[in-house]
Amino acid sequence: MRKLLIFSVLTTFSAISLAQSSGDYEAPRTEYGQPDLQGVWNFSSNTPMQRPTQYGNQEFLTEEQIQAAIARQEAAAAAADAAAAQRVINPDAPDESGNPGGYNDFWIESRGIGDTVRSSHIVYPLNGRLPPAVEGAPRAYGGLGPDVPGTRPVRYVVGGISKDGPEDRGLSERCIVGFNSGPPFLPSLYNNNVQIFQSKDTAVIMTEMIHDARIVPLGDKADIDDDIRLWSGDSKGYFEGDTLVVVTKNFNGMRQTFSSTGANYDMVLTEKFSRVAYDTVNYEFTIDDPATFTDKITAIVPMTKVAGQIYEYACHEGNYGMVNILRGERMEEMRASEGAR
Amino acid sequence: MKTKFKKIISTSLLMSLAGLFSIQAIAQSGEISRTPSGKPDLSGIWQAMTTAHYDIEPHAASYGPYPREMGAISAVPASLGLVEGGKIPYNEQALRVRDTNRADAHNLDPLTKCYMPGVPRANYMPFPFQIVQSSEVILISYEYAESNRILYVDQPDLESQVDAWMGHSNAHWEGDTLVVRVSGQMENTWFDRAGNHHSYQMVVEERWTPIGADHINYEATITDPNTFTAPWKVSFPLYRHIDEDMQLLEFKCAEFSEEFLYGEFRKEGSPIGNPQQ
Repeated sequence: MRKLLIFSVLTTFSAISLAQSSGDYEAPRTEYGQPDLQGVWNFSSNTPMQRPTQYGNQEFLTEEQIQAAIARQEAAAAAADAAAAQRVINPDAPDESGNPGGYNDFWIESRGIGDTVRSSHIVYPLNGRLPPAVEGAPRAYGGLGPDVPGTRPVRYVVGGISKDGPEDRGLSERCIVGFNSGPPFLPSLYNNNVQIFQSKDTAVIMTEMIHDARIVPLGDKADIDDDIRLWSGDSKGYFEGDTLVVVTKNFNGMRQTFSSTGANYDMVLTEKFSRVAYDTVNYEFTIDDPATFTDKITAIVPMTKVAGQIYEYACHEGNYGMVNILRGERMEEMRASEGAR
Repeated sequence: MKTKFKKIISTSLLMSLAGLFSIQAIAQSGEISRTPSGKPDLSGIWQAMTTAHYDIEPHAASYGPYPREMGAISAVPASLGLVEGGKIPYNEQALRVRDTNRADAHNLDPLTKCYMPGVPRANYMPFPFQIVQSSEVILISYEYAESNRILYVDQPDLESQVDAWMGHSNAHWEGDTLVVRVSGQMENTWFDRAGNHHSYQMVVEERWTPIGADHINYEATITDPNTFTAPWKVSFPLYRHIDEDMQLLEFKCAEFSEEFLYGEFRKEGSPIGNPQQ
C-alpha cells in the first residue's frame, strides 16, 4: 500500500510542484474562513535531516536522482522483506548477527508516503547542514545500544546513562515526551501521525505519540510568566496569508534543542503549516537557540493526508518496560553480588 | 381559612416569580455562543466546581490517608455528590469489589499512577479542560495527564476499534444539546477516589447542554450490566473560565508517579528526581 502511495505521489510530483510554484492551489476554508489544515497527517520520511555533502546547496533532487533513490529504497525493502520471510519460514535459524531483533518491520514507518524529492529536510543553513554548536553547549547521545554514562538530567529520548532510577533513562522510555513528538515533531520509527484541529480562535497540534495536544491560541495572547517552564513550551499562533504560524517558547531546558545538542531553555521555535495541495501540508520549523547553535536552523517536512483516525497512545499506562529495565538491573546486581561471595 | 388560602396563593406566586426570575437570570447571563452553522459553540476552558471527585456519592468530611504526615491537608471534604438518587446501583459482586477498592483506595486508584481518568471522571476532576469545536470533530483536551478525546460528530459508523483509557466518542446534536456516546473504555478507570468502578462493558451517554454563555449543564447516564443493576446518572454544571489570560498548562504527571511505580526497583542511594534547571 505504502509503495503504491509513493509511486502515486512521485508520478504526480511534477503536477504538484507546478501547483506549488505557481501558487494556484487554494486551501479549503473552515466555517470561520481560515485555511483548513484539519485532519490527520503523516510525517514519515526517509529523506535525511542533514543533506549529504555531495549535493552542496541543491535543495531538490533531480528526476534522475529520484529514480536512483527509489531503486535504492526498493532494493533495501526487498532485502528486508526477504530476511523477514526467512524468519517466518525458519524461525529457529540462528541470526548471524547474534541480534535477537526488536520491532517487527510491519510497524516501522521509515519511508515517507509523501514528498521524497528533497535532498534534506534542513533548508537553512543553505547547505542543509547543522550550523556549528556554541562552545560548551551540552551534547549527549542515547540510542538502543548499551548505556552511555553521563549526568542528569537525561535530555535525549531513547537510551540512558544507567539503570539506577527512572530519571536515568531517556524521556520516551519514561513516557514523558514521545521520541518523535517534539516540538518540533520529527520523522521517526513509527507513529508519525499528527492531527490538527481548528476552532474560531484556537488551533491544536496533536501528535499521536503520547497523545500530546499542543493548544495554540490564535491572535493576541499575553506571554506567560518566565518562571512557568513546560516540556512542550508555550505556544501562540496567527495566520500569515494562508500559513499558520506558531511561535513557542518557555521550554523547560530538560530536553535537547536539536540533534543531540543543547538544552532548550532559551529556544524559540517557529513553525509554519502551509497546505500546498489537497493531500499535502508543508511543515516548516525554525529553531533559534543562540545558547546552542551559532545560527538558526530551518527544516521542511512534508506531511501527507491520511484517511483515518489516530489512536490513543497510552505510553505511561502500558510502560512495563521501565519496571523490567530497573528490576532486571537489580536482579543482575544481586546475582553478581551472590557470585562474588 | 380565607386568609390562609390567600397566603398559600401569594407564596406560590412568589415562588413562581422566583423561579421565573432564576430562569431569566440564566437567560440574562448571556446568549449562547454559536458557530456560523448555528450550533452552540462549546469552545472554551471549562471546569466543574465540586469536591465529588473524592467520592461521587454523598458523603461527610473524613480523615484522609495521611493524618499523621499531612494533618488536615489530606482530609476528605464533604460533598453532596453527583449521583442522582445518591447511591450507585451496584450488583452484589461489584459492591464487594468497590469495598475492596475503597479499603486501599489511595494505592489502587489509577490516578495515583497518573493513568488517564476515563469518562465521565475527567469532567469533574479539579483540573480545567478545553473544548476545541469544529464541525466534524470536537477535541476535549484535559490538563490532567494530557488526556484528550476526539468526538466524532455525525459519524455513527466510526466505531470503537480498540479499547482506550478515554474511550471512543460518537457525537451528534439534539437541538442545542451535544449528545455523546462513549464506548470502548478500559475497565481500569474509576469514577472517583473512593473505589467506585465499572467494567469494560460500560457505555456512557453524555449530554452537554449550554444554559448561558458561561455554563453547561452536563449529564451522563452510565450503563454497565456487568456492574450495575440499572443505568444511573450523574449531573452537574460546568463553569467557563472567563479570565482573559486563562490557558491550560501542563500536568505531565508520569514524572510525579515514577517513585510510586518504580521506587522499589531504584538502586539504593540513587536520588529521586532531576536537578533543578
